[in-house]
Amino acid sequence: MNFNLSLIVPEFYYLCLVIALMIQSLGSREWKPLVEKWIPFGAGLGFFVTIAGFGLHGTMFWDVYKVDMMSQFFKIAIAFGFFVTSINAARQSTLDEGKRSDYYMMLGFSTLGLMILSSCVELVTIYLALELASYSLYATIPLRAKSKGAAEAGLKYIMFGAVATALSLYGLSYIMASQHTTFIAELATKNWHFADNPMAVAGLCLFLGGMFFKLALFPFHFWCPDVYQGASNETAAFVATLPKMGAVIILVRMAAFIKPGLEVTTLLAVLGACSMTYGNLAALAQKDIKRLLGFSSVAHAGYIMVGLVSGTPEGLAAAAFYALAYLVMNLLVFWIVSRIAVDGRNLLLSDLNGLYKKAPVLAFSLAAGAFALVGLPPTMGFMGKFFLITSAWDHGYNWLVITLVVNSAIAIYYYLSLFRHAFTEDATPELTPDPDTSWYASVGAGMLAATVLVIGILPAPLFNFAIAAGNSLFGIVATGH
Amino acid sequence: MNFGYPVLTLLIAFPVFAACGLFFLRSPQVVRMFTFAVSIVELLLAVPLFGYTPNADFQFVEKIDWVHQWGLQYYLGVDGISILMVWLTLAVLPLCVMCSWTYIGKRVKEFHFCLLFMTSAVLGVFCALDLVLFYVFWEAMLIPMYLLIAVWGGDDRKYASIKFFLYTLAGSTLLLAAIVAFRITGGTFSIPDLMQQNFSFRFQFWAFLAMALAFAIKVPMFPFHTWLPAAHVQAPSAGSVILAAVLLKMGTYGFLRFCLPLTPAASEYFAPMMIAISIASILYGGAIALGQTDIKKLVAYSSVGHMGFVTLGIFLFNQRGVEGALFQMLNHGIVTGALFMMIGAVYERSHSRDIAKNMGLGKYLPAFMFFWGFMALASFGFPGTNGFVGEILVFVGAFQQSTILGFLLVPGALLAAAYMFRVSLKMAWGKPSTAKAWRDLNAREWVYLTVPAVFVLWIGLAPAPFFNIIDPSIKNLLGDFEKRKVAHLETEQPMQTAAGDLFRAVAVKQ
Repeated sequence: MNFNLSLIVPEFYYLCLVIALMIQSLGSREWKPLVEKWIPFGAGLGFFVTIAGFGLHGTMFWDVYKVDMMSQFFKIAIAFGFFVTSINAARQSTLDEGKRSDYYMMLGFSTLGLMILSSCVELVTIYLALELASYSLYATIPLRAKSKGAAEAGLKYIMFGAVATALSLYGLSYIMASQHTTFIAELATKNWHFADNPMAVAGLCLFLGGMFFKLALFPFHFWCPDVYQGASNETAAFVATLPKMGAVIILVRMAAFIKPGLEVTTLLAVLGACSMTYGNLAALAQKDIKRLLGFSSVAHAGYIMVGLVSGTPEGLAAAAFYALAYLVMNLLVFWIVSRIAVDGRNLLLSDLNGLYKKAPVLAFSLAAGAFALVGLPPTMGFMGKFFLITSAWDHGYNWLVITLVVNSAIAIYYYLSLFRHAFTEDATPELTPDPDTSWYASVGAGMLAATVLVIGILPAPLFNFAIAAGNSLFGIVATGH
Repeated sequence: MNFGYPVLTLLIAFPVFAACGLFFLRSPQVVRMFTFAVSIVELLLAVPLFGYTPNADFQFVEKIDWVHQWGLQYYLGVDGISILMVWLTLAVLPLCVMCSWTYIGKRVKEFHFCLLFMTSAVLGVFCALDLVLFYVFWEAMLIPMYLLIAVWGGDDRKYASIKFFLYTLAGSTLLLAAIVAFRITGGTFSIPDLMQQNFSFRFQFWAFLAMALAFAIKVPMFPFHTWLPAAHVQAPSAGSVILAAVLLKMGTYGFLRFCLPLTPAASEYFAPMMIAISIASILYGGAIALGQTDIKKLVAYSSVGHMGFVTLGIFLFNQRGVEGALFQMLNHGIVTGALFMMIGAVYERSHSRDIAKNMGLGKYLPAFMFFWGFMALASFGFPGTNGFVGEILVFVGAFQQSTILGFLLVPGALLAAAYMFRVSLKMAWGKPSTAKAWRDLNAREWVYLTVPAVFVLWIGLAPAPFFNIIDPSIKNLLGDFEKRKVAHLETEQPMQTAAGDLFRAVAVKQ
């Protein structure tokens, strides 16, 4: 079973981290150091460990576990996301004192699951990793002190998640029955035309449904705005970003054999178009910022489909790059939301009024985040969108590309209103507490905003990494190994 | 040409870096001085541009790989079409700083930051020779302009600024799709390389429509013009000046730089439609301007009319027409910019833009009224002023094309005289309401009005140097256009092809 520990150093590190958290959560509440004091360092070290492992490649456990460029790209993204979200959660005011280490443990487990997920190349393994990533999240969502909304959101997430997983498992059985394998590399050599193999295609659609649920793609998106709204800001920052990485990596791996012209591919494209249109239109009417971001992430899930349906290494690279851009942009915006809502309340758009005066750094960073989400240059969002469009043009889905650009035009309005409230409206005297303007808040926001801008101006290094990853994926598919 | 340093990059980068310096300053007066100094330094940095040799090549070219994988380049250069626009942008900046010296009272630092940032972005638009770079700068100028209107604008600023932003961005999203399509079909983002290629008519058809929508919104041409009066009326006077003098030119520049060279056959095919829309803009803009009671709105609608002359000149495809269009772009920038500055000056005195509240200035503000009358004459093309040069060239071009077309322009020119006379006569000799106590122009106002006035006369009386600069490029553009516009309309059957494309797309979707 060719086990090789050096290949899974990042996963192993996170396993140790989670075990440490578990021990602390079992122990006395007075244990020092407090979990908030050390977890940022632990997560930061994890980020570096993951980066250090970017060159690893090999397979393990009878080829169900594959460490390659694509998996390392996503592991780095996930490790970065966990790093930022764990710092972000350090000042969470709506978390009960006694549940802090449990909270981080849950997040850690989810991260571990997602990291394992990035390397899975076999459907049953994927399913198991997905469950590990999901179950711990089901428990974190209701952890918002005295909030009925959070309980409701948690329940919704579990219900939707259970149904989606059940569907996915059901689809898995169909695929197994008709194609006689669950290895992605072997599935790639099979026939996926509906006319020849209807059962397998139906099974694949159902299996993808589970991924769509994670990604909040239409029509599996209903949980998304409600869960964002119900969960605390910090938890929402996690739910909005990391699990989507897991879904994207699986879709990217499977997209290597979803060729343009297949029924499944067209289905992906149509769902992508519906998702972006519906998400953007619904976001136009939102007042609650987290709901707005929820619908916006429905739209962004649709954008990612544009890269997946193109069936080229560039397309997959563009999808991976966009997923990373999505992660950073959302972490940025959620960071600001969490810092403005120091008491942990849900923010309305009008709560942003006069932000430029109260907290100029947060306001500037919010502007960078909002315009990146729109896809205005020179931000990461623009480059991501641009790569998506370029890779997908002339591969049979030009109408999807046109839908994307038209959708960006719709999306401007609500992202602009974030900017508008922060910069042009004057503050109304209220009883709400002032935003956090400490070094911690400003430096975090500034660093994330700088990341969004710098990668927007100089995307080449990161993008070449993604391209190499996309190529490696295709090389594997071509040889059928 | 080599000056030992990248001239265009420096011109684009300097204002942004200088703008960052603003955050270290405190007093508003120092901020104004600083920005003014920056704008003068920026003009000095542009001195090497005098080394421009009048030929059709791109000059001051800079080329660096940006994202190699996708063929993105940092590719700058100017030719006869863009260099005048670059100069115009550079010259407008100090005037904007001066005309908002006392006009802007709040958030002075941010205001000047926006001005400088905008200058950089606009210069980038006029210098970029890579499609994506162009798009980056094109979008970059949106945010500062939005802020100029939304923060320092009039009472209805929220409505006007959102309308401006949505209109412009909605137009430019399709431009992005067209840019990508050019890359996939032509294999490069570099504009000079794409100019050498022949695209199928079917491709040109859609690419032209996507680009023309973006540019027509920016110009703005008749059915898409509604954002302009709103934006102009609400914007502070420096905002209006930049908007009128520079931003509108980006649309017509786009037509010249992209539509004609890249999609010549489609330009030829759509020319009748574009000409019809241009004439509609001229007549409609003039007629609406005639009925305005708000001076600023009047000048805004007059812009719609003037820009109609520009687009008309472009789509005549003859030497005189395009020359006239370029001159009209320059002239409109100078004259309308000056008119907006004067409206700002008089607004500071009367706190109203109604004609009725600003009457009888001939007696109390003679210097102001002198400049106003002078610019009004230039605006409707009085001989001896620059407006005349541009307008007569477009007229000549139009008559060359067809006599009927030429005659259609006559009422447009008459309307321009009519609305300008109407407002100027009232302002000069109407019954004054409160004008008695107002001071006439101060030294600062003298300076910022004299500069455009000099150019009005210079271009009006001795336009030869300007012709020398623009002619080679225009000849090249049109010669190239003649060679490549060949489209076999009979065999291509444009409408059927287009309809076929659409139906296929719908069929695939299902």
